[in-house]
Amino acid sequence: MSHSVAAPVAGAPALPTIPLRELAPWALFFGLLGTLVIFFVSADQGAVSIPAGTAIHEWVHDGRHLLGYPCH
Amino acid sequence: MNARAFLVRGLLAGLLAGLAAFFVGYQVGEPHVEAAIALEDAGAADSHSHGEEPEAHSPAADEAGDEEVFKVSRDTQRTWGLLTGSLTIGLAWGGLLALVAAGTLGRIGRFLPGQSTAVISLIGFVSVALVPFLKYPATPPTIGSGDTIGHRTALYFSFLLLSVVVAVLATYAACRLRERIGTYGGVIAGIAAYLLVVVVAALVFAPVNELGDFPADTLWSFRLSSMLTLATMWGVLGVVLTGLVSRLYARETAVAQRRELAASL
Ligand SMILES: [Zn+2]
Repeated sequence: MSHSVAAPVAGAPALPTIPLRELAPWALFFGLLGTLVIFFVSADQGAVSIPAGTAIHEWVHDGRHLLGYPCH
Repeated sequence: MNARAFLVRGLLAGLLAGLAAFFVGYQVGEPHVEAAIALEDAGAADSHSHGEEPEAHSPAADEAGDEEVFKVSRDTQRTWGLLTGSLTIGLAWGGLLALVAAGTLGRIGRFLPGQSTAVISLIGFVSVALVPFLKYPATPPTIGSGDTIGHRTALYFSFLLLSVVVAVLATYAACRLRERIGTYGGVIAGIAAYLLVVVVAALVFAPVNELGDFPADTLWSFRLSSMLTLATMWGVLGVVLTGLVSRLYARETAVAQRRELAASL
């Protein structure tokens, strides 16, 4: 009656993996983008200023303090 | 399961994590930020800009020279500013975490996708948020001189980078050791190696102490609220991403089973 015999439950089912070749472009693209975003919020216009000024620093100021990034 | 599916789910988890961190930060953390700024304004008040001060002054402004000093009111910093910071940081870490979870899928021990994602999230929280916080804890406004911000930022990110790199190596070592000495020994060896390196590094890295006579109760409350904000962000990130990945896997497994069943008829 049960159809589950057809399902590959017996033994250890193969765990899915993602080929690194497929992952690489995503990791490269978002790795750079994500790092850049974190840099602008957490470190820019304090230690270094890529766009000179204090606009970003002032805008996300409270986030820097509460998320533990050096400020002040 | 593919990289894109993971990234999309990581960004969604990051969005929710950023929102949650904003709510906790706003409710729990902001009162202590305000208390610290009140102390700053009551004191010499020459260190940093806080909107309402007539002469906004911040480290970067020194180099900005004749450029306009950008001023943001405290009301905006506390609300939209905090929201922007929490969301962008949540999205960034969410995406990065998801891609690491995608890379380690099926590669760290015999974990189901949801399980390995949960483990990676936990390692992420410990190595990215918790351990750097323990060495260089968050400080409220008022504490810290504009002259040392470059030095402090370099120290913080060097330590963060070291913590993450060692966590990656320790996880890899644990997976390899597991094949030889079993899961119990492998995991303990990995954790011990990570802790050993990080503790030694914490002793070697230069200390930062610019507390002066800042009131200890305000400092403790602020740091506790900061840790709560970070834990909220990483907790939501891990829980949501794990849930989404598990659902994706369950759906794909169901589809595969149905296909197999159809083929066998
Ligand atoms: Zn500040």
